[in-house]
Amino acid sequence: MKWDISRVNVWGAEEFPHGAVIPEAGNSVYYKVSGWRSQRPCRDEEACTQCLLCWAYCPDSSVVVKNGEVVGFDYDHCKGCGICAVECPVNRKFGRSAIEMVSGGSDLPEPGLGDANGTPAGAAAAISEVG
Amino acid sequence: MVTQKTVATTGNLFVAEAIRQALPDVIPVYPITPQTTVVEEIAKFAANGRIDAEYVAVESEHSAMSAAIGASAAGVRVVTATASQGLALMWEELYIASGMRLPIVMFNANRALSAPINIHCDHSDIMGARDTGWLILFAETAQEAYDNTLVSFRIAEHPDVLLPVMTTADGFITTHTVDRADTLDDETARAFVGKYKPTHALLDFDNPVSHGAFAGLGGPYFEFKQQQRRAIDGSLGIIKEIIAEYSAISGRPFDVVEGWGMEDADVAIVVIGSTAGNVRHVARRLRAQGIKAGVLKIRVFRPFPTAGIRDALKGAKAVAVLDRSDSPGAEGGPLYFEVKSALYDLDHRVPVVNYVYGLGGSDVRTELIERVYKDLGDIASGAIGPFDMTYLGCR
Repeated sequence: MKWDISRVNVWGAEEFPHGAVIPEAGNSVYYKVSGWRSQRPCRDEEACTQCLLCWAYCPDSSVVVKNGEVVGFDYDHCKGCGICAVECPVNRKFGRSAIEMVSGGSDLPEPGLGDANGTPAGAAAAISEVG
Repeated sequence: MVTQKTVATTGNLFVAEAIRQALPDVIPVYPITPQTTVVEEIAKFAANGRIDAEYVAVESEHSAMSAAIGASAAGVRVVTATASQGLALMWEELYIASGMRLPIVMFNANRALSAPINIHCDHSDIMGARDTGWLILFAETAQEAYDNTLVSFRIAEHPDVLLPVMTTADGFITTHTVDRADTLDDETARAFVGKYKPTHALLDFDNPVSHGAFAGLGGPYFEFKQQQRRAIDGSLGIIKEIIAEYSAISGRPFDVVEGWGMEDADVAIVVIGSTAGNVRHVARRLRAQGIKAGVLKIRVFRPFPTAGIRDALKGAKAVAVLDRSDSPGAEGGPLYFEVKSALYDLDHRVPVVNYVYGLGGSDVRTELIERVYKDLGDIASGAIGPFDMTYLGCR
């Protein structure tokens, strides 16, 4: 970040850019919004067909894709809106969709938490992969 | 070389001419009586290639101001126009334009608000916008409407101001009657207004910025509002400088407050807009009869020129404030509060009374103004005391 806002909490009125303009692009990545979340998405890697609909629909670019495949979620910026879980199609082989919203809110899940809540197997592994 | 052309036409067409000469880039606008002929004229300019601007025919005033905000944030010169219900429909966007520090210029043809429905002049619409953070200028004549419109661009876009400006004229009285005024040649007008240099343009791809950020949850909303308050307070001196520069070019000196006979006035009327002419006419006649009558016309209402008003009125024995709008349930009209408040810090008390007049275009006849001066004479002589707000000439 080129724009130094480390002392933003003590800035006087004249130190802010006019009209609440943010004079730098792309710095919302530094703003962590996981605290907004009441539920988080969990993905069952086995049931996931890699259709990438979750990635396409996510309004906050929080579905992480590597080498053309979904590998997990960016939990620093996922606000828990649930759109990915709604759009995730049912995998007919498994009779369920891969993404499900689970309780857990803002904190990154502890290993095994997903299982304890009856979430799809493998979800915790996918989450830990993203960290 | 400055060449001026003397033209006889309506106030609205003079405003449209000033807008054309200021070379705006985007004009999102919706027609409403009595502003419509401004829109028609600008549309003609656009259709005939006399103006190189994006003319956007929007579907409402809410959209007009929204589009103006978007275009201004993009980094171009934006102008629009409205009146009455249209201004009322813009209400939420007015605050957004000033909060985002966007130097939009808007013409308002001052008109009454419904109900009952009415299309004629009063200041209810514009006074409803007095706390929006916009600068507000009033014109008495077509000449003032033209001059005010040209200076508005310079004021709005000044780097230490960066606030939207409303330039206004009284509906029908000034907007539609044919008046005589001098217009500058295009080259002089353009050189005066100059080129707009945006500070944070959305379309400046080399310096990407975000507009419209959130400043809540303990964020600096309060600090931004103070920043805005300082900008509008500081704009008064800048306005005076720009007016002085314009006056030197046009040969028409003017000021943020203009007194007539105020040097030694015993009885003074404070007025804004077209009625100032009627009041001066009566004051002139009273002067011929030996009555020391004065007139104080406020040309720039926001920022409020408190010091100039206090200075002009401090020697008067009685003052009347004429309000062309009311603040129902309050002590009087909005102009009255501010004038009276400006006089509070004087060492001696100047008696001030308030008349609400001319609502919905109700006629302001000279005998009504004579009555006001007579009341002031009675207060000055001690025959009567100051009285509560009065609806002047209402049956």
